[in-house]
Parts: sequence; C-alpha cells; structure tokens
Amino acid sequence: MTTIATDKALVAHLLRRAGFGATFQEIDKFAEMGYEETVDYLLHPERVPDIDEDLLERYYIDWKESRNIEGALVETVYRFNARAGVRPMQEKIALFWHHVFATGLAKVLHEKTLLNQIDMFRDYGLGSYRDLLVHLAKDPAMIFWLDNNVNHKGAINENWGRELLELFSMGIGMDGKDNYTENDVQEVARAFTGWTMDDDNTASIPFGKTPWLFKFDADDHDYGEKTVLGETGNFTGEDVIDIIAKQPSTARFICRHLYNFFVADEVQVPSWRDTAPLDPEAIRIMEDAYFESNYDIRSILKVVFNSEFFKNARFQKVKSPAEVVCGTMHIVGSYKFPDQRFFEEALECRYMNQDLLNPPSVEGWHTGKEWIDSGSLVERINYVADELSDTTKPGVRAMVDNLLSRQSEFTPEGLIEGCLELLGYFELKDKTRSDLIELVYRAGEIRTDNPEDRMFAEQLMLRTLKMIGATREYQFA
Amino acid sequence: MTTETKKDPILVVIQLTGGNDYVNTVVPYTSSTYYDNRSNLGVAPEDVLPIDAEFGLNPALAPLKRLYDDGKVAIINGIGYPNPNRSHFRSMDIWHTCEPDKIGDEGWLGRVIRDLDPKHENVLKGVNFGRGLPRSMSLTGVPVASVAMLEAYGILTGIQGEPDRGEALDLFAKMYRPMIGSGPVMEYIGQTGLDALKGADILKTAPTLYNSNVEYADSPIGRNLQGIAKVLLSGFETQVFYTMHGGYDTHANQGPFHPKLLGDLSQAISDFYDDLREHEASDNVLMFVFTEFGRRVKDNGSGTDHGAGGVAFAVGDPVKGGMHSEYPSLLPADLVEGDLEFNIDFRGVYGTIVEKWLGLDPVPVVGGHFEQLEFV
Repeated sequence: MTTIATDKALVAHLLRRAGFGATFQEIDKFAEMGYEETVDYLLHPERVPDIDEDLLERYYIDWKESRNIEGALVETVYRFNARAGVRPMQEKIALFWHHVFATGLAKVLHEKTLLNQIDMFRDYGLGSYRDLLVHLAKDPAMIFWLDNNVNHKGAINENWGRELLELFSMGIGMDGKDNYTENDVQEVARAFTGWTMDDDNTASIPFGKTPWLFKFDADDHDYGEKTVLGETGNFTGEDVIDIIAKQPSTARFICRHLYNFFVADEVQVPSWRDTAPLDPEAIRIMEDAYFESNYDIRSILKVVFNSEFFKNARFQKVKSPAEVVCGTMHIVGSYKFPDQRFFEEALECRYMNQDLLNPPSVEGWHTGKEWIDSGSLVERINYVADELSDTTKPGVRAMVDNLLSRQSEFTPEGLIEGCLELLGYFELKDKTRSDLIELVYRAGEIRTDNPEDRMFAEQLMLRTLKMIGATREYQFA
Repeated sequence: MTTETKKDPILVVIQLTGGNDYVNTVVPYTSSTYYDNRSNLGVAPEDVLPIDAEFGLNPALAPLKRLYDDGKVAIINGIGYPNPNRSHFRSMDIWHTCEPDKIGDEGWLGRVIRDLDPKHENVLKGVNFGRGLPRSMSLTGVPVASVAMLEAYGILTGIQGEPDRGEALDLFAKMYRPMIGSGPVMEYIGQTGLDALKGADILKTAPTLYNSNVEYADSPIGRNLQGIAKVLLSGFETQVFYTMHGGYDTHANQGPFHPKLLGDLSQAISDFYDDLREHEASDNVLMFVFTEFGRRVKDNGSGTDHGAGGVAFAVGDPVKGGMHSEYPSLLPADLVEGDLEFNIDFRGVYGTIVEKWLGLDPVPVVGGHFEQLEFV
C-alpha cells in the first residue's frame, strides 16, 4: 500500500473501534487531520456539537417514546446511529459499559430509567472509573436489577455486593487465585444498605412512567464497622468503591475488558481467573496508565489507540451485532432522520443475538467467536448483503458514483479493490479474493463510458458489494 | 412383507435460566421448617397439588401434574454437584460442559451429537431454538442449527431469481470452504456458514410439512416448543433439541413472577406432548428440564438468593414416572451455607439419559463414572 493508503486504512481501523466505522468521505477527512489528532478528537466528544433531538421529533414524533423493550432498543440504536458521524466515541463507550455493567429490561421493566443509565455511561464513561462506579451504584436501574432496594440493614441481599466485585470491578480471580472471599461480598453488601430508589410512579399518569431516582435512606444504612479486602472501618458505599478502585485486580479486570472490546478478542470472562491475557505486555501498559491517570478511562484509551499493539490489531475482532447493524447503517447513510422503518431494522441486533438493554444475564454477552452460530451468521450475512447493495441508500449511491466515475474501464481486480477501499479498507484473504474475482471476471468487460455499460457496471459493483458483505472476513472489525 | 423400523430416540432439553426455586416448585407441604423459612413466599398446604403425603407441586404446574398422574413425569430430586458455584454464568457453564473444576468449552450435548452422528452426515442432528447457541451444544466440528424463527431461515434470501441466486450460493459455498492458515475463528465461521447453508435448505420445508390440531398457549417457551415440534415431525432425523426459558432469577418480587413462569412452562410442555401424541410421535421423545441451581432455603423478604441443590424433570412416554432420588433435608443442621445439599450428581442424570435412552457410552460425554438413576 502507498503511505496515504496506509494512513487511511489505519484511520478506518480506528473509527471501527472508537466508533461505528466511517464513510469513505470521513476517512479522507480524518486522514487529512492526522492519526493522533483524530484520536484526540474522538476522545473529546464534548467538544463537538451534539445532535438536536428536538429537531428529530419533527420528523417522527414517536421515535423516543420507548413504551417497551423494543422501543428502548430502537431508541438506543437510533442514538448510536445519529451520533456515529459526530460523537462516535461517546456512543461506543456507552456500548462498552453496557457490555460490562449489563442491565436488562427483562427484569427492570422501566425503559426510561434504563435509558438514563445508558446516558450516564455517555456522560461519565470516559472519565474516572472510580466516579463511574459511584454513579453506577446510585443508578436506579442497577439498584433494581441487582436488588439493592431490598438490601436492608440487618437483612442484606448480597446480589449487588457480589456482582460489583465479580463482574464490575475485580473479577473472581487473577493469576490463578481468588480475588475476594464470601465474607467480602457480605461486607460490601452491608456498605450499600440504604442505597435505594424513589420508585413512585403514580404521579406520572397519564404521561407514561417517570424515571426512577436514587434515594439514600439513612435509617436503613448499616453504619457499623466492616472489613473489606483487609481494611477495617465504618465504611460507606463510596469508601468501599475507593478500596475497590485501587486494587491491582481491578486494574487488570477493567483493562482486559477494554482490550477485549477495543483491541482484540480475548477468551471469555469466566476464564480470566486462570488464563493469562492474550498480550500481557499490552495489559501491563494499560494497567500503568490506569494508576498513573488516577483511573481515567480517556487516558487509558489514548495510550491504547496510539499504541503499536492497537495499530497491529486490524481485523482481530469479531464484530458485535450492534457494530454490524450501526456500522452498516452509518456506511450506507440510512436514517438521517427517524422514520417507522427504523424500528424493524434496529431489531436486527436482537436477531443477531444482541438484544440491547436486555442482555441474557448480568454477565452480559459472550463476545468474539461466540457471537457466531449458524442462526446469527445467517442474520448477519442477509442483513449486510441487502443493505450494501441498496442504491436507494445515499451511502451506497455515493460509493457507486465515486468508484465508477474514476475510470472508463475496470479490471475485475480493480473493481473489487475499489469496493473494499470504499467500505473502509477491508481486506480479503487471497483465496476469497480469487473466488470473487472469478465471479466478476465471468461477467465480461467492465466499462463506464456509455449509459448502458455504466448500468451494467453498476449492477456488477452492487453484486460485488453484496458478496463482500457475505464473506467471512467481513464478520471482523 | 413389511418391516417395522425402530424409531431413533429423541431428546428435548429445556433450560430454565436464572436458577429455578426448587422448594417452591416441589413443595414439602408438611414441613414446618419449610414454612418457617418461607414466611413470605411459602406455598400454602391447601394450594399445592399433592403427589404424596409429604410433597406437592406448585399449583401453577397443573398441566404438568396431569402428565405426572399419567406416569409421564420423573421428578429428579436434589440434583447438583460438589462445591456448588453460585454464579449464574459459572454454574450454567458447569452444567453445559460437565467441568466443575476447570473452564471447559465443549458442551455435553455437542459430544452427544458427535457420538450420535460420528461421520457428520446430518447437519440437523442437533437443533437449537432461540437466540444464540448454548455452550452445551457447542463442540468444534459439530454442526448445530440455531434457529430464531423457522419461517425466515435461509442464506442470501435477498437475492431472488435464477441464475443469480444459484450463482451467489455457489460462490458463498466456495468462499466458506476450509482455508489453510486462516486461523481457528475463520475456520469456525467457514464451517458454520457451510452447515447453515445445508441446514437452511432442509429446514425451510418444515413449516409446510407441519399440520396440527393442537393450539399452543402463546408464550416464548410455547413458541419455541412448537418450533421444535415442526422440525421433529418433519422427519429430518434430528435427535437433540434444545431451548431455553428465562427469568428464573427471582431475587425479588418472586410472589407473582415465579408462578407465571411455571405456568407458561408447564402449559407449553403439555401442549408439546399433546402435539406429539396427536402425531403418534410421543413414544420416542424424552424431555429433560434443568436449571443451574436451586435457591436459598430462607427467603429474603420478597425473593430468594442463589442456592445449590435443585430439581430436574424428565417428561415423556419413555419415562418411569414418580419421585427419584431423595428430597434433601431442610433442617438447619443439614444445610450447607443455607442451601440444600445435593444428593445426585447431574452428571449421573445426564449419564442415565446418554446410556439408557440414547444408547451411548456416557463416560466420554459426562467425563467419568457417576451414579445413575432408573427414570428411563
């Protein structure tokens, strides 16, 4: 590749990980801006003007009604898509924390409250992990999801206490050893007694449910002495989070999650107690950044995105369904404004095994290769192939016009290369490429200098885009 | 001259996700210890559906009770494994892989499917209904069709008309062939794609072959069991079916939720059984219902926390009905950290099914020799 192509390929890689991919026009723009400058730009979404949600209601008044699980999923995907071109990192970090702090409507049954949790990830997800945990502990959807509203002084419910340690911070173990004891779980639960919520919905009728709010019930809080991870004191919930945040196991666990989500697929989370990281050196660098920055997620990600291990990890991750759907929507330019068709399309995430806002359990989703089974693979292929070849979508139209106006004659290889480049510098294995070339080659001469030939070339290009979308390689990001 | 062909044994596994509350499913309705521990959530003696002088089913299980009275339900009491793990994820993994001491990535049913079809002649030997493939069916090289919606199953369905569709599917099949040096994930996706292609061609005929007078009550588990019936009755020689029923993690507000779940489940099982019966296909189908753990004996006020020993069910014509294995003691001195102590290892129960029903060697499937029961 030329230096310029290499730069563009790298920017496209960054945008796939720190966002939902990039159109060919965006790739050009960011490549010109420069890689490190693009990293800074992405990590500071607050510097970019946000979408105007009020304006969107003029096009489709119901788009954020979220009366049920499906509505909430649709609203979430809508925001991912709407901000993919302005604040992609803000949306991607919200998706990341939703993977880690998986909270589900199957139990919460209160859409606006859970959507507020996702907004909280948008607002605080790139800041201090310690502060984020405090926000999480006070999040009413989480409180209800893990029963902290029935965690009482003298009668603890240990659900939140356990999952805070096991799934949200330290992990069950590291380097083959347990990270905490059953006693720690119970003491942590005691520290969060009285952290409950105001769930009075009656006042909101007939305007739908009013979001729940956090409430501290001092009378129900256990002010007694607790021993957590070897430290003893009259700890509050915030004190416990301070203790948790400084544990080396927390740095390890959070960095492995970041690595698994942003860099390359790791083994599944339950194996982390006994299985060393895929790239121990990368994790060490990230752990250092965790402590040096006082647990600042933005600082860790800056180190990651500018690292060689990140730049060398192109196509080392199987796309999550949210990445498949939002990435496709973004590149084909669907839905500048909301309309009713959006509803069915957003639900594709569910059909591909990622029911956003309704994870299978508090452990969230298994990722990587486990996204793929024969059912979900069929959904992915069919959805992507149909979208990438639909010229009513402005992004597809633009790709076709851009490529076919470059030359008056194409070789099969040239046509395929052009498609791959426009899709974000995708790469095919040699064998896949030659299978595809054979199909294009059979079609005969590819010319664009008269309307009839141009029409034929366009059809061939659309078939090529469709088949690229159906490849194994396209399942990776 | 006619020859009677022996029908292959079929296994339908139903996973109750979240940890089903054993003591409120099979209720020890004469035990004062039970009522002491369940001051908020106990099922009243007058409400239970008695099966003997000590135990009765939750009233929401009335459809299952009908089958029990016909001798079609084996209740497998006190099922579990040593050193119980109270994490959903981990405990379910243990049930899926039969590996309580290390992380396994091979599913026991994946091994069953491999042994039922060692030459991989049938890509539909195992079929899962629902979102994603459960780890219990996952084994590299063993194809399993995972179907969310039977009616919409197929590859590149957006391309219609020949020769375009045929050409596209030919190219698809080429592109997904094994590729040396491409790595295990690429190989896995390749094999999955080829199996899906083959399975889809067969499965798309199932809805058109199915015809039944049984109307299933509408629920997620009912829809999935009806999907299973459609495939099972289409003669594709599928022998292992799987589906899940979620929501059993009743830490809070168990009062209304748990009976709703049990009601949907037992009605769906009953509808499914009637459907098979109508088609004279019930004699070679065994249903097995399990969950990752039971729940704590003492309630927490409005719900129950994660526990240990639980209950499983085997349902169908091949079953020897009744109570199997011992119901664990609820006495405080007999509890382990507040939970029931298991008395039959689930691997022995799997082994019973694998050996006595499917006719396979259980040792490689469940990873050792375990005490078996007499419910098949």
